[in-house]
Amino acid sequence: MTANPVTANIVRPYGDTTGDGRIQVSFTLPVPYGTPADKARAEGAAMQLAGKMGLEPAMVVHAKGMGPDYTFFIVYGRVSHLVDLSQVTVTEREFPLLSPAEVNLRIRAGLGRKLVVVGACIGTDAHTVGIDAILNVKGHSGEKGLEYYREIRVVNLGSQVAVPDLVARSAAEGADAVLVSQVVTQREAHITNAQEMSAAFRAAAPESGPRNWPLLVVGGPRFDPSMAAGLGVDKIFGKGTTPGEVASYLAYALAPDSGAAADADQEAGASA
Amino acid sequence: MKSKLNLDPEKVRLARELARRAGEPVTELATAHTTASIERAVLRIAGLDGADQDGMPWVNRLADAVRESVGLAHGVALPAWDALVAGGYPDLRTLAEQAAAGQVKFRIPGGSEAAAARELAVRSVAAGVATIDAQRARRTRMIGDLADPPQPWIYLIVATGDIYEDIPQAQAAARESADVIAVIRSTGQSLLDYVPEGATREGYAGTYATRENFRLMRAALDETSRELGRYVRLTNYASGLCMPEIAALAGLERLDMMLNDCMYGIIFRDINPVRTFIDQRFSRQVHARAGIVINTGEDNYLTTADPVDAAHTVVVSQLLNEYFALEAGLETWQLGLGHAFEINPAVPDSFLLELAHAQLVRELFPGAPLKYMPPTKHMTGNVFAGYLLDAFFNLCGVMTDQSILLIGMMTEGIHTPFLSDRDLALENVRYVRDAAGRLGESFVPAPGGFIEQRAKQVLGDSVALLRRISEEGLLTAIAAGTFGITRRPADGGRGLDGVISRADGYFNPASEILEAGTGDAGGEPAASLSETGASR
Repeated sequence: MTANPVTANIVRPYGDTTGDGRIQVSFTLPVPYGTPADKARAEGAAMQLAGKMGLEPAMVVHAKGMGPDYTFFIVYGRVSHLVDLSQVTVTEREFPLLSPAEVNLRIRAGLGRKLVVVGACIGTDAHTVGIDAILNVKGHSGEKGLEYYREIRVVNLGSQVAVPDLVARSAAEGADAVLVSQVVTQREAHITNAQEMSAAFRAAAPESGPRNWPLLVVGGPRFDPSMAAGLGVDKIFGKGTTPGEVASYLAYALAPDSGAAADADQEAGASA
Repeated sequence: MKSKLNLDPEKVRLARELARRAGEPVTELATAHTTASIERAVLRIAGLDGADQDGMPWVNRLADAVRESVGLAHGVALPAWDALVAGGYPDLRTLAEQAAAGQVKFRIPGGSEAAAARELAVRSVAAGVATIDAQRARRTRMIGDLADPPQPWIYLIVATGDIYEDIPQAQAAARESADVIAVIRSTGQSLLDYVPEGATREGYAGTYATRENFRLMRAALDETSRELGRYVRLTNYASGLCMPEIAALAGLERLDMMLNDCMYGIIFRDINPVRTFIDQRFSRQVHARAGIVINTGEDNYLTTADPVDAAHTVVVSQLLNEYFALEAGLETWQLGLGHAFEINPAVPDSFLLELAHAQLVRELFPGAPLKYMPPTKHMTGNVFAGYLLDAFFNLCGVMTDQSILLIGMMTEGIHTPFLSDRDLALENVRYVRDAAGRLGESFVPAPGGFIEQRAKQVLGDSVALLRRISEEGLLTAIAAGTFGITRRPADGGRGLDGVISRADGYFNPASEILEAGTGDAGGEPAASLSETGASR
């Protein structure tokens, strides 16, 4: 706690001096930048936009015509807006981040068998980069993919898998979790595909009794992690997700914790 | 060209020899089979166009009808033209309509009836091949009348999904100095077992490859080429289940380059390996005739595998692509072999490693118009750092005399490029090209230094891997996850049901004409290309 919580919670952008409120933006306007009159008008247009964005004073530091009809601007200026840190809401990660050894341990202890993951790109999406980065042993960002985890069995169905095939294959493999990656977002395809997928898993399950479809996880650069419920899935991972985060989540969600490991971020073996 | 890397010519020769040994059994497989799409390509070259009211092309309807009735083991041509003669149909379209309605009885003719069917088929297909030849001659003429831009060519992508939006974007990109325009295909198209018809306005992350879209875009770029006084090339994708048909349409509509990789569809689209190799051979025969430069997709391996650890898989794939391409009749100037600048910038000496890899590829394929792909994996959202990385990519490209530079966008992986992103990217490459375009002549790595050692190591690793592949078999190696660390068994993937063993008496008029050699040896459009490529 600081002595003056009110000022501590209110901040402005920092250029080179505390509280100067300075920022930089760039944008394009559909205006020509040819004749001197064009240029004057274009820069005036950029200043007007900057003003409406709350930049006061603003300075157009760069303007360049792009073809006959467009102009690109870089603008520096001072914003009058304040940021109230007390009003910032953050979605906390609800699961502890575990090392591969801890994930394996937790699966062994909590599940008593290998955890089965079926992964795919569904619909027309042929971009397997995302799912491969999570599943392939190679992984990314210095983290090995799920294939590297001894206690996880990975079935990667690859690209453009039809939803009915995904449901059937998941049942055949005894999937604990289904990972679906969606890169293509044109016409909101990632949303509709995810909804179609979750509905298909529900439709394939008996109507009564406890839930018996796998954990449904989707990922892709354009997903909003807060919209899981709207898509009917259990978890959404956004851009920059690493294999370790996914593995930790799967262990958290599927392998009931058998003790002290619930305390999060404990060292390997703490619960063993 | 003297090696700047002191490569051992004997080792280079050995690498090629091993690639040939690895590839030959696959070529034998390809010559013993045909596919549904190859047979449909024959019909397309013979002039059968259009689709039924459900949008299913008539080539599919006719080939399917023949397949259901007498199979395709003898090829589609013999039973189709036999039925055309026997039924007195005025043209293939009428035959297809009647066949789709179940009104045509097909048979495998013999004797003089077979000879008559063959003769007619050859005549129809030869007319189509003549159109391809005429388009090639027209390209040569246009390049002669206008100018051929100097290399490296600037390669830009448009991908709106709507051909009528793509056209002004492509024209604007050309005016902003793009030399090559690629229209990215709709994502779903690689796994469609038919080629959509007509001008299309809806696609996912790209625009469908259709004959009409090809024609519209080529016509627009012809107009822009004349306006700019230089020939602007057009690229599309001969890949996926309809690779042979798209190759045929590209030749008929004068596309200039086509993405066409011997393994890309297998690894990244899970298309059956056998299907891919068969389709690939035919499509490359068509490209050879059409004077089209193929672009291979080795850059993709590095987006999945580690670009340092897997550098040799790129070289191995390039050597395989080269073997398959030359075997199919393509010439060296048509081999736009691909590679990429994808090493993590946090790796020490990453730029030196990139230089070593790029220079190695340049020296292994001195006459080939190499296609160099920009960073994608380590474009993090820090657009400023990304802009710098793209500049280093451009610099590596000019220092090592790459022929085709795909222009990197600082917003790669964030969103489709803004107009300003594209403009900044072109400003970046223009600066590097103008400031350092002749740096290649003075770039001579120190003998025995880091770059030379690294290049030699990658070549050595490539020879070792090629030896393994030539011993265990290419299909086995692909099944074992050698490329792009993805395992693709020979009996898996899509499209295997479209693979057909050729019967004795298999007849394919297109293959016969294409294999008999070209009628057009003169006026080579890219003779200038290989010369510029080697001398720059």
